[in-house]
Parts: sequence; structure tokens; C-alpha cells
Amino acid sequence: MSTVMLNTEEIYKLLEDVKDPEIDTVSILDLGMVENVTVSGPDVSVKMLPTFLGCPALSIIQKNVETAIKQLTAVRNVSVEFLRSPSWTSDRITEKGKAGLKVFGISPPPRQMKKDGSWHIDCPYCESTYVTMENIFGPTACRSILYCKACKNPFEAMKPMIKTI
Amino acid sequence: MENNSSLENTAIKELLLQLADDDFIHSYRGSEWLGLAPHIEEDVASSSIAQDTMGHAAIFFKLLEELGEGDADQLAHDRPAKERRNAIILEVVNGPGNYMEDPDYDWAFAVVRNYLYTQAKAIKIQSLHSSSYEPLAEVAQKVQMELYYHLMHWKTWFIQLLGSGHEEAVSRMKAAIEKTLQDFQGVFSLGHYRVEMVKQGLIEDEAVLLNKWIQEVTPVFESVGVACSIKVGMVKGDGRTGQHTEDLEKALETLSEVYASDKTATW
Repeated sequence: MSTVMLNTEEIYKLLEDVKDPEIDTVSILDLGMVENVTVSGPDVSVKMLPTFLGCPALSIIQKNVETAIKQLTAVRNVSVEFLRSPSWTSDRITEKGKAGLKVFGISPPPRQMKKDGSWHIDCPYCESTYVTMENIFGPTACRSILYCKACKNPFEAMKPMIKTI
Repeated sequence: MENNSSLENTAIKELLLQLADDDFIHSYRGSEWLGLAPHIEEDVASSSIAQDTMGHAAIFFKLLEELGEGDADQLAHDRPAKERRNAIILEVVNGPGNYMEDPDYDWAFAVVRNYLYTQAKAIKIQSLHSSSYEPLAEVAQKVQMELYYHLMHWKTWFIQLLGSGHEEAVSRMKAAIEKTLQDFQGVFSLGHYRVEMVKQGLIEDEAVLLNKWIQEVTPVFESVGVACSIKVGMVKGDGRTGQHTEDLEKALETLSEVYASDKTATW
């Protein structure tokens, strides 16, 4: 029997390696999807927030979190659960997460929207503000498709999800 | 007391079934447009919206599962038409033909139904923010954030097609409006447990919701020159009470084909 004590920091450290299944430069921690980690003896419980309710990656992420935590031999049970509340919002993405998105060619979501609901995003490649929105909806629920008129690259952006809208 | 609490539970479950079944069949009809939408960007957008909407249906089914109503997948796939609570207008086929052969779907009908339904859903979700059933109030917060984009999308199409001045677009849109409105009351119907739902503070009364919806859509109709006082009906019947059409029967047969092939399979 192992007598090693688990602590939450250790678990958080492991979660840094669990990436978004489709954006391997950003961890689920940096996406702000982890609400709470608790350790009780050898049992670990992770409470998470879904980015979009219909996101098919959620069950994959859930499984990846379980697998990552089970790497620790001192762990007996892992429970990973998605919470209904609070709602995930795009301002939960950390600075490191935003940098990771840009590396992948995805602009981070704007922090704020204007009063009329419009928002502004810069090109993740050349930082130009000379961009057009091609489609608010993109290849996944959380992304939009844009085009940079300065460097002539298509790119994507994380859709802002903000409580006041 | 026993009877009171079981009546309360029944009202909650009925409301959840209505919300789940509406989004489920609406999403299914949306998914049937995949590959058929007018242009590729619309294909991406409308299928993304359908996916979000299926996520909303799934979370409502999940709430039912938590109340001991059975497995969410089973609730979605394995209930006959007569047990479904969706509004009949949402089950109506997209147009003649079917997905596999000669789909001759009507984009005007899709735009009208999607816009009017999304606006109605937004009003219900707003009302659910203050629902006395806490899990539903929590889910409503999340759904609203996603719905914002859906509503913007369908409203844009609605205004552009009607405001285009293009003869075919305008006449088809007007025909679609007439077709949709005559059964749209079914979306607001709260069914047999209406009084109980309102008494418990689960949601506002259907008359209140309908009125708010009319207040929202009327200026949009007027902005594109469709002058009319908006009247809704329920000519095909009330889906909340289990009345449905052959369109739903066929849809259920198709969408549950894989599930029915092995109900115990793990995906």
C-alpha cells in the first residue's frame, strides 16, 4: 500500500498536460474549464465546466482527465463531472491560454463586446486589425472564421461567450 | 401532501420534456440541411447551430435523467411519437423529397421557422432564468449565451430575404410565414399542466410568453414591409398532448435507426 499523500497541486500539474483534443497548444486548465479539484485521501474529484453544451469533445476531455490523473499510483478513484453552474465564459481563458491559441492560428476572444454586440479581433499572424468576419460559426462550436486583409490569411477566432449578452 | 408533491414533479417533468423534445426535433430538421444549405458558409453555420441545439436537448434530457425518468439516450431515441411533447410545427418536414433522394427543401420555410422558433425559445429561456426549479434556471443561463448567436443569424436571414425586394424570395417567405404561423401557437402551449407550471413558478404563462414574442417579432416584420397583425394558430393540433403527424413518425424511424440496431451498445 502506498502511503504517498495526494495534494491538489499535483493534480493541477497533471491537468496542464491535458490539452484540448483539437487545439493541442492549449490545456483545459488554460481554457478555464476546470472549476474545482478536491482530493480526499486517495480519491480525486474534478469539477469542470462545458464550453458549449453541444461540444462533442466534452466526453473525450472527460476521459483524458481521468486517464491523466490515474497515472498517479496513489490515486484510487477519479470522478470527473461537468457542472451546470457557473456557466463557462470566454474570459476564463488565461493569458497563457490566449498565447497558446495564437500559436495554433486562433485569435483569442475579445474581452468585451461593444454595446451593439459587435466585437473586434486582430489577426493572430500579423496582428493587423484589418480583418473581416467570414462566418460567426466555424468548424467547431466555439470558433468563428475570419480573413486578414493585410497578410491575406484566413484564420479563426474563439467566439466570445460573455454573461451580459 | 403526497399528491401535491407528485403533481409538482409531474409539472417539472412535463416542462422538461417539452423543452427537450422541441430542441431535439428542431435540431434534427436542422441537421437534414447539412450539405444542402444555399452556400458553404451557411452549411457551416446552420449545422453548427443544429449541433448547439442538440446540446440543449441533451442537457434537458439529462435533467430528466436526474429526476429518474430514464437514460437520456433512451429518452431521445426510444419513445414513440405519441409520447413526444414537441410542437407540431417543429416536426414538419423541410420540404418535399427526403435527405437520401431528391430533397427539394424550402429554404424560406427553414429561415422563417428557425427565426420564429429561436425568438420564441429566447423568450422562454429568459423566463426560465427565474424558474423556481433551480437546475433549469442554471441551464437557462448557459443556453442563452449560445442562443444569442443563433438568433442573430436567423434574424439576419429573415430580414435579408424579405427585404431583398426579390420577387421569388419575398413571395416564398410570405408563404412560409403563413404556413408557420398557423401552427406556431403549439410552440407556446404548456399542455395539460399549464396551470400547475405557472403556479409553481416554473415558467411564465403561455399567454404572457406569446405576447412577449409578438412584441419582439412585430417590429422586425414591419421593418421589412410585412404589415400584419401577427396571429398564431394550432390547426394541426397540440403536440404537448401527444398529438403528432406522420412527419414525426418518419423522422423518429430515421433518427433512431442506428440506436435501434443495438440499444445496449456503448458509444
